[in-house]
Amino acid sequence: MNFLDKFRDPELCRRLLDLIHKESKGVRFMEVCGTHTVSIFQSGIHTLLPDNVVHLTGPGCPVCVTHDREVAAYLELAARPGVTIATFGDLMKVPGPKGRNLKTAQADGADVRVVYSPFDSLELARKLPDRQVVFLGIGFETTAPAVAATLKAAREQKLANFKVLPFHKLVPPALRGLLSDPEMRIEGFILPGHVSAVIGLDPYKFLGDDCGLPAAITGFEPLDLLQALLFLVRQKNTGGHEVVNQYRRVVADAGNPKAMQVMYEVFEPADALWRGIGTIPGSGLAIREEYAEHDAFRALDLTLPEVPPLPGCRCGEVLKGKMRPDQCPLFKKACTPATPVGPCMVSTEGSCAAYFKYQLDA
Amino acid sequence: MNDAKVLLDYGSGGRASHRLIGELLLSHFRSPELARLNDAAVLDLRGPVAVSTDSFTVDPIFFPGGDIGSLAVHGTVNDVAMLGARPLYLTCALILEEGLPMADLERIVASLGQAADAAGVAVVTGDTKVMPRGQADKIFINTTGIGQIMVETPPSGDRARPGDAILVSGSMGDHGLTILSQREGLAFDAPVESDSACLSHLILKLLEALPDIHVLRDPTRGGLATTLNEIAGQSRAGCLIEESSLPVKQAVKAGCSFLGLDPLYLANEGKFICILPEAQADAALSILRADPLGKDAARIGTVTAENPGKVVMRTPLGGHRMLSMLEGEQLPRIC
Ligand code: SF4
Repeated sequence: MNFLDKFRDPELCRRLLDLIHKESKGVRFMEVCGTHTVSIFQSGIHTLLPDNVVHLTGPGCPVCVTHDREVAAYLELAARPGVTIATFGDLMKVPGPKGRNLKTAQADGADVRVVYSPFDSLELARKLPDRQVVFLGIGFETTAPAVAATLKAAREQKLANFKVLPFHKLVPPALRGLLSDPEMRIEGFILPGHVSAVIGLDPYKFLGDDCGLPAAITGFEPLDLLQALLFLVRQKNTGGHEVVNQYRRVVADAGNPKAMQVMYEVFEPADALWRGIGTIPGSGLAIREEYAEHDAFRALDLTLPEVPPLPGCRCGEVLKGKMRPDQCPLFKKACTPATPVGPCMVSTEGSCAAYFKYQLDA
Repeated sequence: MNDAKVLLDYGSGGRASHRLIGELLLSHFRSPELARLNDAAVLDLRGPVAVSTDSFTVDPIFFPGGDIGSLAVHGTVNDVAMLGARPLYLTCALILEEGLPMADLERIVASLGQAADAAGVAVVTGDTKVMPRGQADKIFINTTGIGQIMVETPPSGDRARPGDAILVSGSMGDHGLTILSQREGLAFDAPVESDSACLSHLILKLLEALPDIHVLRDPTRGGLATTLNEIAGQSRAGCLIEESSLPVKQAVKAGCSFLGLDPLYLANEGKFICILPEAQADAALSILRADPLGKDAARIGTVTAENPGKVVMRTPLGGHRMLSMLEGEQLPRIC
């Protein structure tokens, strides 16, 4: 049996599911990672859980939490002459004001290039010395270190025409922000695997210590997820609030100190705007003064434009786990992956897109 | 041909065009009908006929397991065969970009000719245009295939009936992943090959033994998931697929998980879906598995009366989820 198949072994999974059915007295859990969202839907786990285990899909996809004002900002940049936008492909269709997105900007003549890694955009800056190449820095702690490394390389190689628009977001401050909302009734977290591989266990300790909630860092295979769920069920039953690392085969408790170091060498914590949630203190990353010439905000004199909210989109409530995607009045009607109204429908890891794609009765 | 590159003159209709046709095309497409060089071909056909046309723009034009020339034959011939027809004739229109290396053109034309011979089809008429540099990308090929229907009631996408068995002739996603992994800018080299192949012989073998096949479809662009959804929609029935029985090569699985793709949405160019009465499923499987092109054939599911128009996947854990239609492009220009 191949290594990964072990974590999908149906027999073992069924045994865990039986235990969850037997022991659960009810728990509302939230998963905050798009890959977990997809995994839960793809494996069909959510159709096999007892009714009293309630699954909430949190703000787990970096595209989905990109704020309309941030979208408006990069669309404004894209329209400027002499600017080339380099971006991961999943941002192309994220709707901004008036339904405009990078694809429509491209049709209007903007130069937008899809790249697979931030280093590709550095290469682009080298090939296009007469243009300002702006990489859209979107993503959690998983992508931020690579973007930081790219910025360091740009400075070393004196590629002054390379810029980053820093819209990175940090997960632990966002969890704190979510929990400060009195309407949130979360009783446990499934914590992201990839983000945690960078930041480690410590930044989540406040969940147990300050908020009295259990949480588990876990992997993406069915067995990983079911193990984490059984852990949450048992903690809930006994009033426990442990925060554990169940993904030791990938995540070290200490995370990846080197990646963190690069990240904080280039970036510093800053307040950030989250779609549907608003400003969360300390939940973003700003470019440090030493790298100011590569900061699209400062070097290209850009500010976040004010924009009217997207009419009818309930992404905020969906991201907070207050509403299931199929409860949004626009779901499957005005809002589909072909005509996304909110970004949760754009990214393949968005909760609305996952519901649309996988949920049988939605 | 003396020139090293394709010149605009080759599309002029003048001497240069004649040289291209005479020296290059006719030496690789050996059909007497084409050699007559009339304005149109005369075909001898009786009874119902299946016709299908397709344009090929794949990028890169050469890839592991094939090239745009052989693909232009396989793609169209397979579409004709899916109607239960024996493909007989092919038309071929080439749109060339000025500056295309002559050696590349020759290689493609040779491969197209060989694939047509192997498929038993004659290229009977054609056309060549040359576009100024930048107005086409290297080479585009359009082929139209014509074939004679061999069964009383041809297989059709609207004939899936509840209780029917759903088979596939082999592993899914090979072609799509191969093309993607060859793309410039993707530092990724998977040990995969396109499955591009002519399926008509295998299809005819199958139909001879089991003339009551309800649906035959090749899951090209959009992959298995999209094609099954089309069938479910046309037949107003549901498809229940067993995830654990889907044949996907280990290398394709690995490459897809690396690139964040789903093999069930990747194009295939040498595989087909076969839907037929349950009682004939085993016979069909043994015919398929006896042929090299069908050696990995598998039964993957059942047509249901529930969930009409939808494709439902039973996961290895026993949970259920939808297998929906692909939304927009997963990959541009794969065929
Ligand atoms: S269904 Fe569309 S409009 Fe409704 S919350 Fe989701 S993304 Fe927003």
